[in-house]
Amino acid sequence: MKGTRFWSWTAIAFGALYFLLPLVGMFEFSLRMKREGYSFEAYRVVLSDPQFQMTFSYSVALALLTIVLGVLIVVPTAYWVRLRLPVVRPLIEFITLMPLVIPPIVIVFGYIRVYNTSSILPLTGNWWGTNVLLVFGYATLALPYMYRSVDTGLRTIDVATLTEAAQSLGAGWARILATVILPNVLVSVLSGAFLTFAIVIGEYVFAALLNVNSFGPYMVWMGGNRAYEPSALAVIAFTITWACMGLIQLVTRFSKFSTPRR
Amino acid sequence: MAFLELDHLEKSFGAVHVVKDFNLAVEKGEFVSFLGPSGCGKTTVLRMVAGFESPTSGSIVIDGKNVTGIRPNQRNIGMVFQAYALFPNLTVAQNVGFGLRVAGQGKAEIDKRVGEMLELIGLPQLGSRYPFQLSGGQQQRVALARALAIKPSVLLLDEPLSALDAKIRVSLREEIRAIQRELGITTIFVTHDQEEALSMSDRIVVMHQGVADQVGTPFEIYNRPATRFVAQFVGTLNLLDASVLDAAAGRIKVGDVPVALDRALPGGGNGKIGLALRPETVALGRQDGNGIVLSGRIAEVHFLGSVIRVRVTVGDHLVSLDTFNRPDAPPPQVGSPVEISVSERDLLVLAA
Repeated sequence: MKGTRFWSWTAIAFGALYFLLPLVGMFEFSLRMKREGYSFEAYRVVLSDPQFQMTFSYSVALALLTIVLGVLIVVPTAYWVRLRLPVVRPLIEFITLMPLVIPPIVIVFGYIRVYNTSSILPLTGNWWGTNVLLVFGYATLALPYMYRSVDTGLRTIDVATLTEAAQSLGAGWARILATVILPNVLVSVLSGAFLTFAIVIGEYVFAALLNVNSFGPYMVWMGGNRAYEPSALAVIAFTITWACMGLIQLVTRFSKFSTPRR
Repeated sequence: MAFLELDHLEKSFGAVHVVKDFNLAVEKGEFVSFLGPSGCGKTTVLRMVAGFESPTSGSIVIDGKNVTGIRPNQRNIGMVFQAYALFPNLTVAQNVGFGLRVAGQGKAEIDKRVGEMLELIGLPQLGSRYPFQLSGGQQQRVALARALAIKPSVLLLDEPLSALDAKIRVSLREEIRAIQRELGITTIFVTHDQEEALSMSDRIVVMHQGVADQVGTPFEIYNRPATRFVAQFVGTLNLLDASVLDAAAGRIKVGDVPVALDRALPGGGNGKIGLALRPETVALGRQDGNGIVLSGRIAEVHFLGSVIRVRVTVGDHLVSLDTFNRPDAPPPQVGSPVEISVSERDLLVLAA
């Protein structure tokens, strides 16, 4: 018994070192910008850079739009599949897994080919069109996480009976989705939303190939041209991702109307 | 014209014919139970009335209006589910007021009605609680209040007591019946529990393999079962085979004992017929007025407290009978020879 515990802790310690050492090293390096000692100078430089502010807020806006689009696509689909079309569930799951199998570069090349300036729908030719393509592409990238998250949430409630109860009380489909289903899977939707946020905020391939100046390309540019700032930027990006993960845990734990979880 | 009319309802799922030529007329304010085993089609009929299933053929008329093709959210039907189906994200008061909000009623009106409903179910203090903070019985009461708040034309209860423990089940069934009587609401209650159906209903529809085997009052269903299935399903029953001597004169032979019934046998003809006997109509030993006396041997004795259930082997049959417990008369010994007697008028002749 004691031996098993020792090896468990050893495995955990090894895993923790494997993940944490590079991060600690990077963080330590990001503090060395001033010769006289440790400081947050690199962070100050990054945070006060107008390019950082612009690209970061732009990526945040894209992430929020992607979340809205993802929720609008995924929640009704997952709900309908659970309620009326359980037969097609394997197919939908397969489709939602495709973005994990097909590299983003393939998707973006497909977009460029289909929506280029000499096509019927020249979305790449203007700023709005490019943004629409970006949001659509990001929604596709986030699909595996968003769908799985929402589907798991739907599994925890009796979708069919709740729907019928609402119907017998006079509610139509839109009201059922908005007031019965969505609030009851909100925790799952938020989990999916935070994952989507984390993906979009640092995405590079789509943005670079569509020639958009978002946070991903900014980080790459910074990495190629500065010494200490890229490390600070990476730490910032990690902090944002971890904050998202923490928020998922938080909303799951403190969901108001669910039974306490242990 | 009846308030709720189900006319030649049929329902098939693929090749499976679940409901076959189902006809029923329910009067306004009546409490009708659908009783039958799992898979007999009782819930399917209920779901067709609610609009959750479309009949393959036939029609559903409520208060003179054909609702067969109308969507469930436009039928004004209240429904209570076995699994409560309270909305977990809403408080008790919000759950009860849900249908009223959907109907676009004002806040003051909703609050007043919700208050009335919570008073009706005896939980006026629990309006701010969430469903997960309530017991099963309380949740089902709230579900009932929610269904009734919209003043539905028909109330449908789909095995609402099945998920509750025995004690709550009994008290809640009395409560449901009292509320139904008070509001005078036409109600259909689906159950597989005969005690619930017998104790609550104005009429019972006994269903078997998609067919309504018998429709009648609990008294009729229990005392005059129309088919062998109804006789077996409702209450405990002894089944005996008898030979027909003269169908028109109602003369038969049970074992070696010739019996003259006070009625002609249905269908006529000679051969075998099925007879049924309730355990409480069979007496241990000879008794005045019991013309049929059969000899047998005690096979089993079950002491149930106030009642003693005795099983007696008579020929090839095992006959159950109930006697009241008396401190001065100990139960009979297993294996001892015994006579049992029964009156001709208590013999139920089974049609099929």
